[in-house]
Amino acid sequence: MTSTLADGAAVVTGIGIAAPTGLGTSAYWAATLAGESGIRPITRFDATRYPVRVGGEVDGFVAEQHVPSRLLPQTDHSTRLSLAAGAEALAASGLTAQDAPEFGIGIATASSMGGFEFGQRELGHLWALGAQHVSAYQSFAWFYAVNTGQLSIRHGLRGPGTTVVSDQAGGLDALGAARRQIRKGTAAVLAGGVDSALCPLGLAGQLSTGELAASDDPRGAYLPFDRAAAGHVPGEGGAFLILEDPAFAQARGATVHGEIAGYASTFDLFPDGPDADGLLRAARQALADAGLAPFDIDVVFGDASGRPDADRAEAAVLVALFGPNGVPVTAPKSATGRLCAGAGALDVATALLSLRDGVIPPTVHVREVDPGHQIDLVVGEPRRPTGRLRTALVLARGHGGFNAALVVRGPATTAAAPPTSPANPGPSRP
Amino acid sequence: MATRELTIADLTRLLRSAAGEEEGVDLDGDILDTDFATLGYDSLALLETASRLGVEYGVTLTDDDMEAITTPRALLDRVNSTLTRS
Repeated sequence: MTSTLADGAAVVTGIGIAAPTGLGTSAYWAATLAGESGIRPITRFDATRYPVRVGGEVDGFVAEQHVPSRLLPQTDHSTRLSLAAGAEALAASGLTAQDAPEFGIGIATASSMGGFEFGQRELGHLWALGAQHVSAYQSFAWFYAVNTGQLSIRHGLRGPGTTVVSDQAGGLDALGAARRQIRKGTAAVLAGGVDSALCPLGLAGQLSTGELAASDDPRGAYLPFDRAAAGHVPGEGGAFLILEDPAFAQARGATVHGEIAGYASTFDLFPDGPDADGLLRAARQALADAGLAPFDIDVVFGDASGRPDADRAEAAVLVALFGPNGVPVTAPKSATGRLCAGAGALDVATALLSLRDGVIPPTVHVREVDPGHQIDLVVGEPRRPTGRLRTALVLARGHGGFNAALVVRGPATTAAAPPTSPANPGPSRP
Repeated sequence: MATRELTIADLTRLLRSAAGEEEGVDLDGDILDTDFATLGYDSLALLETASRLGVEYGVTLTDDDMEAITTPRALLDRVNSTLTRS
């Protein structure tokens, strides 16, 4: 264990991604750096009569390539994406159930909508054909906790199982829950979130928030922090990470991509009122948890609502913490749409990749940042800071008052102190 | 109401469609006397299969029935005796 780790930190040893901009971590990261967009007309159902007709779909996902036959009849699309991303994260980390005691590897997932598409189809069968036509698997396939269960069974992860439901804050909250389990003695946790509800029921649910952009322009519908910001577009996907106790990761020789150095969540009592300072409190508490000051943060991955008042509120938080234009801010989610529970986990994965490669991906589509925000938004091209790029703050807000903030730090640089133990013969950077 | 006989080919088709096929299991092999559990089907898979049999063949199989039926042969016998009686 290196001496630079925060107290009670959890290290990240594997990443799995299913996003509209790429299936698999390599494809996603390449597309994200290239500024490619995954926002396209919705094809999964006929959305022509809805106010929102564009979104982020995970392209080219063939369920049979990722999900065993036995699980196909019993899984919603969101669970299938979860199984794909979860398997990638485990494979990348080299972790298997056999590496720890029976109850040593846990799982924490976030979900905002469960298996809505599956549920809608079976409710359709109920009303159109009768109860006998409803799948027995409807008993759990629709449920918010189903991804925790299916991933646990699939990979034999019998440690503590958690599911959090806090909308867009959920991806960070799941990682926070995972770190808590590691502090309690769990060796490793598969953690993150994937959401997908690109079906009429799912879209109707999201429309009820009033936050979706009524636009069918893939490049102009979701413009966070832009002068023309007018809401967001829905998307599907997310990410899973392998979090481990640092000593456990080191003992099994795992490659460490970085650490979850700090985390906090807060709740707005009156989300639409003037006292909506929950995001600032969450950010401050996450920094304190990491033992860091705002000056130590090198980049912020914003929540990036795309709703003008919420963008203003987030920009005010950033100015309060860092001063005007005090830190580079980015929101690669402008290329994926807002992924609900998938967003925070994907942002943390993206932050780790960013720190690994020393480059900040751009916020695509945004053309004219509202100067009133006073934030240094990375737009157009990726940015390679000349100075340090070691620590990132990730922010997330969920509908109804959820706030979460997470501090992620890249692995110790090669300039760090020489190895202190024979078990750690030297830096092994990917 | 259908009165045709349920064959093993019909049943494997139904099992595949209702609950998929376990890796390493060949449903097209000689499975008549193999336990459903060995074939990779749990109680929920059999419940879903019973539901499909109800829709396609008009046969009512209760949860208790399905608990007592542990092999494809037993299920075929049960369904076909019901179809013959009707």
